[in-house]
Amino acid sequence: MAAFFQQVVSGLASGGVYGSLALAIVLIHRATGVINFAQGEMATFSTYIAWTLTTNHGFSYWPAFAVTLLVSFVGGVGIHQAVIRPVERGPQIRVVIITIGLLLLLNGLMTWIWSGEVRAVPSPFPSGTIDVGGVAISVQDIGTIAVCLVSVAVLWAFFQFTKVGLALRAAAVNPAEARLVGVRVPWMLGLGWGLAAVLGAIAGLLTAPSVFLDPNMMQAVLIYAFAAAVLGGIDSPVGAVVGGLMLGVGLNLLGVYIDFVGADLRLPAALLVILVVLLVRPAGLFGKPQVKKV
Amino acid sequence: MSRATVRTLLLFVVLAVTAFSLPAFLSDFRAQQFSYVGIYLVALIGMNILTGYTGQISLGHGAFMAIGGYTTAILMADHGVKDIVTIPLAIIVAGVAGVLFGLPAARLSGLYLALATFAIAVATPAVIKKFEGFTGGGSGVNLFGTPELTASLTPVRIIGFELNFNNWLYYLSWTVALIGYVIAWLILRGRTGRAFRAVRDSETAAVSSGISLTRTKVLAFGISAAYAGAAGALFAIATTFVNPDTFPVALSIFLLVGVVVSGLGSLTGLIVGAVFIQFMPLWAQSVSKSPGAPAVVYGVILILLILALPGGAAGLIARFSQLTRRDRNFPKP
Amino acid sequence: MSALLELHDVEARYGPVQALRGVSLEVPEGSVVAVLGANGAGKTTTLRAVSGTVKRSGEILFAGKPLRGGPEAVAKAGIAHVPEGRGTFTDLSVVENLRLGAYTRRDRSVKADIERMSGYFPWIRDRGEQRGGTLSGGEQQMLALARALMGRPRLLMLDEPSLGLAPLIVREIFRIVRELNEKEGLTVLVVEQDARIALDSAATAYVLEVGKVAISGASAELRDDEAVRRSYLGY
Repeated sequence: MAAFFQQVVSGLASGGVYGSLALAIVLIHRATGVINFAQGEMATFSTYIAWTLTTNHGFSYWPAFAVTLLVSFVGGVGIHQAVIRPVERGPQIRVVIITIGLLLLLNGLMTWIWSGEVRAVPSPFPSGTIDVGGVAISVQDIGTIAVCLVSVAVLWAFFQFTKVGLALRAAAVNPAEARLVGVRVPWMLGLGWGLAAVLGAIAGLLTAPSVFLDPNMMQAVLIYAFAAAVLGGIDSPVGAVVGGLMLGVGLNLLGVYIDFVGADLRLPAALLVILVVLLVRPAGLFGKPQVKKV
Repeated sequence: MSRATVRTLLLFVVLAVTAFSLPAFLSDFRAQQFSYVGIYLVALIGMNILTGYTGQISLGHGAFMAIGGYTTAILMADHGVKDIVTIPLAIIVAGVAGVLFGLPAARLSGLYLALATFAIAVATPAVIKKFEGFTGGGSGVNLFGTPELTASLTPVRIIGFELNFNNWLYYLSWTVALIGYVIAWLILRGRTGRAFRAVRDSETAAVSSGISLTRTKVLAFGISAAYAGAAGALFAIATTFVNPDTFPVALSIFLLVGVVVSGLGSLTGLIVGAVFIQFMPLWAQSVSKSPGAPAVVYGVILILLILALPGGAAGLIARFSQLTRRDRNFPKP
Repeated sequence: MSALLELHDVEARYGPVQALRGVSLEVPEGSVVAVLGANGAGKTTTLRAVSGTVKRSGEILFAGKPLRGGPEAVAKAGIAHVPEGRGTFTDLSVVENLRLGAYTRRDRSVKADIERMSGYFPWIRDRGEQRGGTLSGGEQQMLALARALMGRPRLLMLDEPSLGLAPLIVREIFRIVRELNEKEGLTVLVVEQDARIALDSAATAYVLEVGKVAISGASAELRDDEAVRRSYLGY
């Protein structure tokens, strides 16, 4: 029973990370209708920035964290304005290929700048466990869950209560009407990309302490994030978070209790989730079913 | 025969003659590189049918290459089948896998298909490792133990010519590529080709013309997977070794890159695409020794291509020929 | 009264199709002007030309100054465009729709203005949290109107407010428009297919035919002239 509880908690922690990255993907998809295949590499890049700040420039953790988020935000806006904006209104395949080009570019750039060597990234949370009702829960897991919850809450508050947040929501679904009330839609979309980059950075920084940093660190996480986003509904922010948590716990339990899956088939399991959801209920758990006439 | 057909035929003949006489002018090493160009060309012909003509994005065709490659490797290493004989078998196995995947995939479109196929590419190495007994797990299958099945130890004799390994590989790859080119051309100019294009241009219109979307898409997947399987088989023969890392995610992405560079929908640019896939990493390496350089160059070129050139390399060629053509009805002033 | 909005020889096209072939009109400050005509005459395009939603050539003056730029700049200049089909933000609540209307404003009386809108449209007070997409057609039209007013515009442009609505509701909407014009001096440019109700509310009218102004004048005159009514207004 204790083991089960531990698996659930650690599942929630990894699920929180999946949910954060999934939220980034949903954010961009809602705003620009694009699936950003480079979201994982952007997150890894942000993590490298934090690593450089702490290792080579003597920053302590939380200031490095803050600077990384800022740089990631600017980077996200910049990427949107530079390479996405010119093509976002044309055929989907062009934008997909651009994000794939970004994926390659960023991955290669990271190898170029920092080499493929595996790096250790410090964790802001002390190692060790605390006792919760007789079960040993890792502090790292609790800290991860907390950070994810806080960032999701802050984002939610931004969208619900601020003028800019409202404008972004309007620009995402009704860009033409948003322009008529004076919203500068292209900049709103850029803002969306910036926020998504911040979410990705958070996901990367939370992942690195346990799996170590290398250019391919977030590739698997990206697939889990896709699965979470699809499960929750590709246009639903709530769905992304819930989907992430469900997936994290589900994969953990699946891996522990079904030997065949173990640790080796987590990725294929996530792939299966993607395929099954897209075929059975493409709108996901929280999405609105779309009627496609053919 | 129409002018376009004559032009295509001439182009094909020129291509075939060039391909077959090239080794005489190239060093052994270069010939081997061009073998790989032939191999990528096979895969790209299939990708072109799926993405260029039918408009379906696949980021996972490396998985079908893996299926073909492993089929060949396992048949050669465990069952003593001669290399060239494994190729049709690899084609069939990969083709069937393509059809099986195509059935559910036909219901996905655009971004979601790209997403699903991307996940397949990422998940494939894990699946390969899992079924160790069959696939040799992480250590893979190596063919060093069976040199007699290829031309590596004993040269192959064909019509009185003796071919060492590199030349054997070269002619094998290019023969498969040219045959594949012809087959694709025949498929695409018939009703099937028109059905493919109809699905790409407008699914609604295609359905109202009586075309079955599912059948067309499944067919496109099956055919493209078969081509990828053939390429994978050749790849395995070439590298004499397969393991889960022989067919990484990057390969699937490079295949898509190759098709985009070649200009979606046109057979002429595919050679350019294949050359690009083979030689770009080498060129990038000469710019910078870092192992990250090829990916950076790929990425930059891909982005620039999409931003600047909607038609890819073939589009550029088409535009150029339009500019230099003299119109008989309106003489130059 | 000086002209708040002037169009001089405005042309606009959608790709190869020429929609406006030189439209000139004037909207005096504080008046209600109607643009009438059959389907495809260019009525909607005229409003789009003003709000910068479509590329146009020719001169457009707003309060004597040349009007340039896209919809965002036009909104900032003080022109509110209620598009055909209302343009409700379906996923957002009624109150959020209203808040968006005030997007270009920097002052602090936005909340007070929402109260003001409830004065014109009492149902807003009770249904503030309701999703815009779940409102009836008439309510959406009123919401669109309220949203436009939230921006405290100098000029209100309405595109076919009667579209798809029951006659009773249409009459109510035009009554509110007239009230706004009389009480608050709001200048209104309304595009309508229903010539009758438009002429009852507008002081002057322009009738468009294939992208040009065919006839114009005081509403009363156009209404009383039977020949004009038959050939241009369809009744």
